Amino acid sequence: MSTAFDINQIQNIIDHGVPHMAEIGVRVHDMNEDGVTFSMAYQERFAGNPVNGILHGGIITTLIDTAMGMSIYARLKQYMPIATLDFRIDYLKPATPGEDVFTWASCYKVTKQIAFVRGIAYHSDTNDPIANSVGTFMLKSSDSPPLNVAAKENGDEK
Amino acid sequence: MSEMTAEDFVALIAKAKADMDWRPLFDIIPYFSFLGLQLAPWGGGLTCVLPEDKKFIGNPTLPALHGGVVGAFLESTALVHLLATQEVTRLPKIINITVEYLRSGKPVETYAEAVVTKPGRRVANMRVEAWQGDRGKPIAAAHANFLVS
Repeated sequence: MSTAFDINQIQNIIDHGVPHMAEIGVRVHDMNEDGVTFSMAYQERFAGNPVNGILHGGIITTLIDTAMGMSIYARLKQYMPIATLDFRIDYLKPATPGEDVFTWASCYKVTKQIAFVRGIAYHSDTNDPIANSVGTFMLKSSDSPPLNVAAKENGDEK
Repeated sequence: MSEMTAEDFVALIAKAKADMDWRPLFDIIPYFSFLGLQLAPWGGGLTCVLPEDKKFIGNPTLPALHGGVVGAFLESTALVHLLATQEVTRLPKIINITVEYLRSGKPVETYAEAVVTKPGRRVANMRVEAWQGDRGKPIAAAHANFLVS
């Protein structure tokens, strides 16, 4: 029997339910109610600086935002439409060109309508992050079907 | 990466500014090319355009743009504005950005404009706003700090 958050199922949702996550190639490593860990392989097309190949902040933002949203599903143990209300990201050091970027995010508080999350981006050491972020999301933000339904509609559900 | 040196890059920024043509710079920044970033031919020349593209969708059921792409577009717009309006001797580095999501971003062409709220000697404080059909109804706003020296 599969758990509520089977890694293959999550990977399937990412690959078939969320075009932008599929585009950048997000890999799922871990997902439980305490937090989620994803990664992205270094890709030169996401560099913000053509001289040294350092990744643009925007791709780090995208990776953390994605993990933050998924950490809410993990905490709630269910999918529902959510929307980012606000987040702040501090860029602590440049990502090293050529190295995979990992992201960890955790939903540390939920109320009836709002989820509070935090997250980091890092290479190998969570104590030496590339970026640190906090955000808030609206729960049940629309009447649209949740992500896992969209993934099914786009095929390939295992 | 390309054979470009830091000096070449700063020279390219200066040339773009002198020619008032940012296309060559946008072409050389890989992530700007990925976004398909353009400048609108109106609005004083510094309105950035994010083209319509299915690859930017984060919620396919609404559908809506990925929040991260909107954040990245705001950050990129702030950087372009900074390069165009301030004296820069190196590529400014983003320190932080705070993004407020105001409305769901539809998967359509999106615009953004930035202002420098304080042009500091070491740090520039920026405000950015993005909108779609109606300039009076922004989909997102951000404030960001860049290290400029």
